[in-house]
Amino acid sequence: MQDFTFHMPAAVADASGLLGSCEDPKLIAGGMTLLPTLKQRLAEPTDLIDLGAIADLKGIRREGEHIVVGAMTCHADVAASELVLSTIPGLAMLAGQIGDPAVRHRGTIGGSCANADPAADYPAGIVGLGATVVTNQREIAGDDFFVGLFETALEPGEIITAMRFPVPKWSHYMKLRHPASGYAVVGVMIVDTGAGVRVAVTGAGPSAFRVTAMEEALSADFSAKAIDAIKVDADGLNADMHASAAYRAHVIGVLAKRAIAARR
Amino acid sequence: MGQFGIGQPVRRKEDVRLLTGKGVYTDDVNIDGQVFAVFVRSPQAHATINSIDIQPALAAEGVIAIYTGDDLAADGVGTLETEVEMSDLAGNPMFRPKRTLLATGKVRFLGEPVAVVLAETQEQARAAAELVMVDYDQLPSIASTSGAVDPSSPPVWPEHGSNVSVHWENRPASEIDVHMERAKTRVTVDIVNNRLVPNPMEPRAAVAQFDAETGVMTLYAPTQGGRRIQGGLAKGILKIPADKMRVISQDTGGGFGIRGKLYPELGVVCWAARRSGRPVKWRGDRSETFVSDYHGRDQVNHAEMGLDENGRVVALKVHTILNVGAYMGENGPRLPISGGGRIIPGVYDIANFYFSVKPVFTNTVPTDTYRGAGRPEANFLMERLMDAAADATGLSRDEVRRRNVIRQDQMPYMTQMGLLIDSGDFIGNMDMAMEHSDWKGFEARRKDSEKTGKLRGIGIGNFVEAAGGRPTEEMRVRISPDGKATVFAGTYSHGQGHETVYAQLIEEYLGVPFADVSLVQGDTATSPMGSAGTFGSRSSWMGGLGIRKSSDAVIAKGRKIAAKLLQGEEEGVTFENGVFSAGAGSVTIQEVAKAAQEPKNLPEGMEPGLDESFHVKRDAELFNFPNGCHVCEVEVDPDLGIVQIVRYTAVDDCGVVLNPFIVHGQVYGGVAQGIGQALTENTVYDAEGQLMTGSFMDYGMPKAQHFSHIEALFNEVPCKTNELGVKGAGEAGACGAPSAFVSAVMDALKPYGIRHLDMPLTPDRVWQAIAEAKSDKAA
Ligand SMILES: Cc1cc2nc3c(=O)[nH]c(=O)nc-3n(C[C@H](O)[C@H](O)[C@H](O)COP(=O)(O)OP(=O)(O)OC[C@H]3O[C@@H](n4cnc5c(N)ncnc54)[C@H](O)[C@@H]3O)c2cc1C
Repeated sequence: MQDFTFHMPAAVADASGLLGSCEDPKLIAGGMTLLPTLKQRLAEPTDLIDLGAIADLKGIRREGEHIVVGAMTCHADVAASELVLSTIPGLAMLAGQIGDPAVRHRGTIGGSCANADPAADYPAGIVGLGATVVTNQREIAGDDFFVGLFETALEPGEIITAMRFPVPKWSHYMKLRHPASGYAVVGVMIVDTGAGVRVAVTGAGPSAFRVTAMEEALSADFSAKAIDAIKVDADGLNADMHASAAYRAHVIGVLAKRAIAARR
Repeated sequence: MGQFGIGQPVRRKEDVRLLTGKGVYTDDVNIDGQVFAVFVRSPQAHATINSIDIQPALAAEGVIAIYTGDDLAADGVGTLETEVEMSDLAGNPMFRPKRTLLATGKVRFLGEPVAVVLAETQEQARAAAELVMVDYDQLPSIASTSGAVDPSSPPVWPEHGSNVSVHWENRPASEIDVHMERAKTRVTVDIVNNRLVPNPMEPRAAVAQFDAETGVMTLYAPTQGGRRIQGGLAKGILKIPADKMRVISQDTGGGFGIRGKLYPELGVVCWAARRSGRPVKWRGDRSETFVSDYHGRDQVNHAEMGLDENGRVVALKVHTILNVGAYMGENGPRLPISGGGRIIPGVYDIANFYFSVKPVFTNTVPTDTYRGAGRPEANFLMERLMDAAADATGLSRDEVRRRNVIRQDQMPYMTQMGLLIDSGDFIGNMDMAMEHSDWKGFEARRKDSEKTGKLRGIGIGNFVEAAGGRPTEEMRVRISPDGKATVFAGTYSHGQGHETVYAQLIEEYLGVPFADVSLVQGDTATSPMGSAGTFGSRSSWMGGLGIRKSSDAVIAKGRKIAAKLLQGEEEGVTFENGVFSAGAGSVTIQEVAKAAQEPKNLPEGMEPGLDESFHVKRDAELFNFPNGCHVCEVEVDPDLGIVQIVRYTAVDDCGVVLNPFIVHGQVYGGVAQGIGQALTENTVYDAEGQLMTGSFMDYGMPKAQHFSHIEALFNEVPCKTNELGVKGAGEAGACGAPSAFVSAVMDALKPYGIRHLDMPLTPDRVWQAIAEAKSDKAA
């Protein structure tokens, strides 16, 4: 790891200022992705700006019909939150399936989304629940946030401050774990918003995407049967030595049906 | 037997120390004035080295020296060579290339060290290593095991002309063909026995210090006992007397066979310490584990077996290709044969056996011993054949096995490969495993699983090993004047729990309380000269016997002293529970130890002290034969291809069990590694020889979630060839698990007509097979 200057600002504005003034700065949240990158010398920032001391970025609260999760909230806190469990259980379920206990106590929702790993779980939650990504500069619709492989709509210098989730009628997340890493080979989030059904998939493509054919069928008839005949096209899906594109396409269907079957 | 004697489930003495962070691993060792070494490794699988430009790196901050293979050669540093020699039936010897510690001229696998950078800090050394400019010309490469037998495959060693090092055969194939032709039923299996990265918890490391005044080189490194590494480094590499080479391993975080080896980096670090005049520390990271620790397994087997009308095997032919990697490891090339594979045909009584092995070179990390070292592969092959035989004959899987296993009344049994199996109750193992796994009740459980959409399967796997490793080990037992006992060992516990078991033996044999026994190990300066180390499940068998014999010698000497103290005749002195008695008088072993310091208490000419050694030497062809039967039960989710173990029963015969608690631990760990191979682990090289599974992100280690409770049981048949009655216990689990597991999954997949899949049975692979079977049916 290359030497760097370490900063721990107490306010988002200070962090933002540092981002502007330092030579080659990098934000650090839980460090679960960034630290290994630094250790392998794949990134060599001059300055690390730790968001851990900014109180505003932590915690989960209700704002009307929304649940707001601060960017620096760790996965374990989301998984165990009474508020999340009682309003968006699918989100708690998702957070509880990320990595292992150590990772869940360090990794954050902001870091995970900013990183936009194609196999990360949270993107399915952001897209599936129709969340809004709140930054220090603007609000970005969840649907527009993940734009490609490790690529988001964030501009340089932009800091995620929170995620705002509308409370749905029902939500559920299912995941097939990667045999080695534990990340999502496929993760499926199904949400009944009250106004319609959303189906978001992570792990299978370059970034999280929605399966509109399933959404339409389920909005008309919310049952596993309704999507039985819908085949997801394997074309363009991820393929690696652990899972072919055909397998991933198939698994999306299986997990979607199982998620629906979980609703009593 | 006392509370801490033989057979008691004594808690491990070493655990509090190890679990509270008080272990001392090589990375905990720091020497004043040390510099840090970082290796420059080849990013190419196969290439000519045109030049190495070290100038920019030399100029970097903190850099002290950079050495290449040329520097080593100029200084007369030796090379590594395999210990294996084999020839074909015509007497042509195998091709045995030498390996220079740092590649010169060519690199032959990705990760091969090319240069070493020494700098004041680890970070400086790393940064400078990136500045070492190696100009490569890429050469065509080969990674595939089966592909390497193709005469047109790119040669790793053009000087040999072929990638096949030798074609070893036990006899002409034609001798067996006649029997095969008479068979009523013939079955064949084709197996890819997947390559594994052993991955001990502690990555490799080394700290070397050279004392110019005394000429002593001291190396700290994780090992499995330093004696062999000491010899190899002194004689083969540094060309110094062995007594000037000291190897120390305080604690080592796992070995599994591959930590016992003399790696090039160890030689380089020692030499660099001598050359630079500074102590040198190298801390390998996990990425280096993947590309430079020896790998395990990697065989391709084709086997054919013929059975008569009674389901008795009449002929067996086995063709094995072993991927040795780019160079030959110390023991690697012998694993399919004398290293373990010669236990084929396993627990079965098969008279006509042809065996062919081709060790092949590829542009991959060399392979060598890994938990089981040839026996897991051998047993897996036999058990897949038996399952195929069951299918072909219509006999049940256990019946076809029962008809062919070596019966107890055939013991001792001389195998086709010349091993004399002294004991074992193979039918009893099966009976016990089937009873405890409720094999009879399986159909009902299968139906229950069906209701939840799951396919349930049950599988069985027999196994036998030839364990014991090298035929020499020496142990020393000392009772100090304060009455405490010390065992000086050259065996080396790197997780096994010798501190505990050896103390149990001392309490049993000498009556010195368990708490008063300590173990000195892991230092060639204190370990007895005749020691070899811990590998091949040998520490109880060889080391235990050494303790027993040393203890006998302690008693014999003690008896003479006691006779003098008690003013009796030596013949009249008895010894029991730590007390020497003669008539009405008695004296404890502790009192004798104290008295033994005073020449006046000793018979004429006797050396003071109570300190005896025994050098165990056995016939090189004498082994012990751990064996057992494992039954595994799984549920397969056919929609996702996920396999979940739901029940596991392991019956092991490791002879007399010295400590069931510790042996259970060995069984659990071995089963975990066996299941790892069968369910999650796979080392993948692409066609260019690039390693696709170079980290835990891609290489699947087995996790707790993959297991059910493992019921570990013993069918204890004392070994007849040692006084303790022990057989090896360390590798059994890895030998039994893959076959029981794969058998279970194939049983579950029987409705689809799927009879064999290669390991690991990952969700994608299982689902793919099911999808293909379904579309075949539809077609
Ligand atoms: C062993 C292991 C297993 C894992 N398993 C899973 C899994 O199963 N599923 C899964 O989804 N994830 C998994 N992860 C990822 C983990 O959950 C983290 O979410 C992820 O590593 C990033 O979060 P972090 O808080 O650690 O971010 P960091 O590593 O600190 O940062 C990641 C990137 O995001 C940027 N960043 C951080 N915070 C912000 C912000 N507020 N605004 C803008 N940019 C920001 C950083 O600059 C950096 O570029 C795993 C990680 C590990 C190490």
